[in-house]
Amino acid sequence: MARLIFAFLSGSVFGIGLLVSGMTDTQKVQGFLDIFGAWDPTLAFVMGGAILPMVVAWRFAARQRTALTGAPMPHPGRGPVDARLIGGSVLFGAGWAIAGLCPGPALASLGFGGTGGVIFLLAMMAGMVVSARIARPTDGVTAWTSDP
Amino acid sequence: MQTDWLWGLLGGGLIGSAGAMFLLLNGRIMGASGILGTVVDGTAGRNLVENTVFIAGLVGVPWLISLGWQGQVTNITSSNWAIVVGGVLVGLGTRLANGCTSGHGVCGISRLSRRGIAATLAYVGAGMIGIALFRHVWGLI
Repeated sequence: MARLIFAFLSGSVFGIGLLVSGMTDTQKVQGFLDIFGAWDPTLAFVMGGAILPMVVAWRFAARQRTALTGAPMPHPGRGPVDARLIGGSVLFGAGWAIAGLCPGPALASLGFGGTGGVIFLLAMMAGMVVSARIARPTDGVTAWTSDP
Repeated sequence: MQTDWLWGLLGGGLIGSAGAMFLLLNGRIMGASGILGTVVDGTAGRNLVENTVFIAGLVGVPWLISLGWQGQVTNITSSNWAIVVGGVLVGLGTRLANGCTSGHGVCGISRLSRRGIAATLAYVGAGMIGIALFRHVWGLI
């Protein structure tokens, strides 16, 4: 039960952070990618602000065998930078440019994103199913694949 | 606006804090594409309920906030073909790459993961080239 409460809290704080930072606004995301137009640096500040607490968390996690709820602590190793990683990321980046949403903000904005937001989420989930059909999902299969 | 960077930093801090909570409390890496993708493709296994609850918080709480505090907009393009193509590419790409902005970007870079850094350079680079082509060269978006 504690795990579920913490999962709900993590998802909620993640969503509030996306809202507060402006990352549910596709124009701000596309503005960051638009280095030849009116460049908007906000996303870089969001990344920086998000990475800082995670640096501390990983440092702490490195010394732990289990998380607070008793779940095993992930210690992802160093995986290969391969064609699947880069190719998938390039496809993702192209879609990100077209729509201005990535998976987190697509979920966080679902309640106020209108029809367009719903269509995006359905299309994204369809893409996820296609990916699972053409290539085996790799989450948690080996040490390196739990390395996002 | 002048204060956008400050809100970005503050919101980013919340995003990172959420990731830190998920890691230290539940032993999980907070990657949105993996959390949703494993639910959608049926590979979530014993994380299924935990992932679903995470998604409920991620969708539900911003929605509740938007009811009381007007002004949230996604400004998503009105072109449905662009939304569908963009969505499919994001879903397909993030699952092939095993991560998105939260997993590779936030959680990966913060532990100096080579894969996280390489993926982030690839999707940000592709996104910048994409915007340059789609917006400035071809005028599609």
